[in-house]
Amino acid sequence: MSSSTDLGRPDPDPAVAPTTDGRPVSDRGDTVCVIGAGASGLTAVKNLREAGFGVDCYERETGVGGAWNWRHDRSPVYASTHLISSRPFTQFPDFPMPDDWPDYPHHAQLLSYFERYADHFDLRQHVWFGTEVVRVEPVEGDRWDVTTRSTGGYGPERTSRYAAVVLANGHNWSPKLPRYEGLEQFRGEVMHASSYKDPAQLRGKRVLVVGAGNTGCDIAVEAAQQASRCWHSTRRGYWYAPKYVFGRPADQVNDTMLALRVPLRVRQWLYHWTLRLTVGDLTRFGLPRPDHRVYETHPIANSQLVYYVGHGEVTPVPDVARFGDRTVELTDGREIDPDLVVFATGYLPRFEFLEGRVLGDADGSGRPRLWLNAFAAGHPTLAVVGLVQPDSGIFPISHWQSVLFARLLTLRTTRPDRAAAFGRRVAAGLGERYSGKVKDSTRHWFEVGHADYLRALQRALHDLEGK
Amino acid sequence: MNAQPVQVVRGWEWARPERPARREVVAAVPELDQAKPPLLFVPGFGHGAWAFAEHWLGHAAGRGFPAYALSLRGHGDSEPAPGATLRSYTHDVVQVAASLPRQAVLVGHGAGARVVAHALARYPARAAVLVAPVLGGWGILGTALRRNPVGTVPAVFGAGLRLNRRQLFSRELPDAEARRHVARLGRASRRAQWQLLTGRQPEPAVGRPPVLVLGSPDDRVVPPGALTRAARRYASAPLLFPGMGHDLMLDARWREPVDAILDWLEKDPAPAAG
Ligand SMILES: Cc1cc2nc3c(=O)[nH]c(=O)nc-3n(C[C@H](O)[C@H](O)[C@H](O)COP(=O)(O)OP(=O)(O)OC[C@H]3O[C@@H](n4cnc5c(N)ncnc54)[C@H](O)[C@@H]3O)c2cc1C
Ligand SMILES: NC(=O)c1ccc[n+]([C@@H]2O[C@H](COP(=O)([O-])OP(=O)(O)OC[C@H]3O[C@@H](n4cnc5c(N)ncnc54)[C@H](OP(=O)(O)O)[C@@H]3O)[C@@H](O)[C@H]2O)c1
Repeated sequence: MSSSTDLGRPDPDPAVAPTTDGRPVSDRGDTVCVIGAGASGLTAVKNLREAGFGVDCYERETGVGGAWNWRHDRSPVYASTHLISSRPFTQFPDFPMPDDWPDYPHHAQLLSYFERYADHFDLRQHVWFGTEVVRVEPVEGDRWDVTTRSTGGYGPERTSRYAAVVLANGHNWSPKLPRYEGLEQFRGEVMHASSYKDPAQLRGKRVLVVGAGNTGCDIAVEAAQQASRCWHSTRRGYWYAPKYVFGRPADQVNDTMLALRVPLRVRQWLYHWTLRLTVGDLTRFGLPRPDHRVYETHPIANSQLVYYVGHGEVTPVPDVARFGDRTVELTDGREIDPDLVVFATGYLPRFEFLEGRVLGDADGSGRPRLWLNAFAAGHPTLAVVGLVQPDSGIFPISHWQSVLFARLLTLRTTRPDRAAAFGRRVAAGLGERYSGKVKDSTRHWFEVGHADYLRALQRALHDLEGK
Repeated sequence: MNAQPVQVVRGWEWARPERPARREVVAAVPELDQAKPPLLFVPGFGHGAWAFAEHWLGHAAGRGFPAYALSLRGHGDSEPAPGATLRSYTHDVVQVAASLPRQAVLVGHGAGARVVAHALARYPARAAVLVAPVLGGWGILGTALRRNPVGTVPAVFGAGLRLNRRQLFSRELPDAEARRHVARLGRASRRAQWQLLTGRQPEPAVGRPPVLVLGSPDDRVVPPGALTRAARRYASAPLLFPGMGHDLMLDARWREPVDAILDWLEKDPAPAAG
């Protein structure tokens, strides 16, 4: 098969079965197709191989690592990106990161970790690099026709038929861009955070950062140090959690409380109390008061934002109302005059190679309706891996999702009764949520609490095994 | 072995990661890469990487297998660790295994086999070999008390377990050599010794590794019944090397068991059922 530089694809099988519209299809038999060789795709390949399946993985880039490979065009990481979830929550459960790494490793370490994972388990031989999936269609017998072509649209399309498909195409590469009155007339520079790579892009400029997800906070902190002026616009108040509390990574302290089964209300109270004792009431800096309790928005882990606000290097401002020629009007009527506006307003999941209804999204809302954020009704040989926004690391979740799917595929032949029961469970559980209450916002529909989610997944695995 | 369900949620382990420790790893790597899986040798309590460096590492490398041995924390030249638990030792094994270039075969000797059995639940090994395995439980204490009361009784009260040369080696091994090895023996931590008797049994292995069990019917630490039981856990029968002591890798006829392991690996054993 291919190496990382060889851009080949499986040879068409002479025993071809044409598609409904007459294109030739090479039949890949029991082989499973995995789309994407980011962390989620890699763990899917590994776990399917481990369960004895043949795998063809398609990756449109020329290397593994997905978002964490900063050489990739669509990588959202910037030079300073460090993990927000500490190591124990971020590593694959059966391939730990080196224990002499920092609590919150740098993105280059993450990439080297995924590259080592790929080499350790000899996964690259199953990956067709530089190959983009353009169409995925369900066909008779719960099988799938997957059409690919070379990335960039060169060369002919090819269609192969697979026994099952794993969608691991990631959800942090297609920018979510807000619309504003007058934005077209604005003469300053405008970019989405996905194009932000290096602090040099901010140096000496008057910068407005919009959005306070982890990206927005990281960029605001860099602007505080590099730019001549930094405004940070948020449409609500947030809880800015430090990376360390009580001498330990904050998520480890939180999970200690979860393990002790401390109720949510008590954890919220403890959290508020800790923040009050350390940074105090943030409204004195002009930050809005949060309109929600802690744990009700996707967590921000950033010890430095509040620090730079306190230094006066970050000026908190409210939401943007409209853009003028050279100015930006804020919802409180104030006008500011940035030369650069960075929209750190997040990303949208996209499955443009698949009809929306397959994932239960017939009206194209961009929000698939699945069970365990992974399984679609009526498609027992399809799984989405990594379509979660956890309050913690995503990779253990992707690992267990693919373990569960591999198990399901095995049991389809050895215990069809159990596989069928699983199918009924999927249909009954579509849209189930795995987090406490969250603030209604465009980004929270797939927010999951890692403990709730993994507990539900563990139950699904045990039911499937009959344990 | 697979009766227990897989554990996904490990809140305590995430919240309280194991403390890192400096580890000694000794390697013998063949000059030409022959695409054979790396072997990671895990010594039992009291032993260090030195026990494998003596013969087995070089021999395995000579047959084309990249071979590594580690010293569990508190042993050999690894960092002292008087408070170590079985979990710490397991952590050490998984850390070293994951640092190797390819999916590794774990080979545990004595109580190192118990550590390997725990590690198999945390790392999908290519295969596992349990050599004269001490998988724990009270039975092993009974044997040790009968065979070596002087070395064992203090261990029950927290002192180091002292193994004597009659337990470890056959009479064929020259006296000077046996004395040299015994002099190098250290000890496991008190907590780990205790956990060997009372601790929780290993969780099911991940990744369906094939498992080989081997030992000697004349081992004075692991009685033949224990060998058979250990092998049965992994749905196989033990491979026996009569006339050898517990330390098969140091005894006079050390070559036979290691060749048997390498032959088994060369036949590319199929994954376990499941
Ligand atoms: C700045 C930043 C920091 C983050 N920090 C953390 C963190 O600390 N902890 C954490 O757990 N998560 C973090 N995340 C979330 C991040 O999305 C995940 O860590 C992770 O990258 C998800 O892996 P994935 O494999 O699901 O997706 P990706 O890494 O996006 O990989 C998807 C792969 O699929 C390929 N692909 C997509 N479409 C196609 C197609 N049609 N054909 C072929 N190939 C295709 C892509 O090229 C890519 O290689 C962060 C995200 C950002 C933006
Ligand atoms: N260091 C790290 O490891 C790191 C760094 C960056 C990102 N990440 C992860 O990557 C993922 C994406 O993070 P992200 O920060 O890029 O995106 P995000 O979490 O979706 O945050 C987007 C931010 O923009 C705001 N926003 C969205 N649309 C807006 C609009 N129309 N007008 C004004 N504000 C708007 C959101 O406000 P609302 O609160 O109203 O939704 C939110 O504050 C997350 O999972 C995150 O944890 C990790």
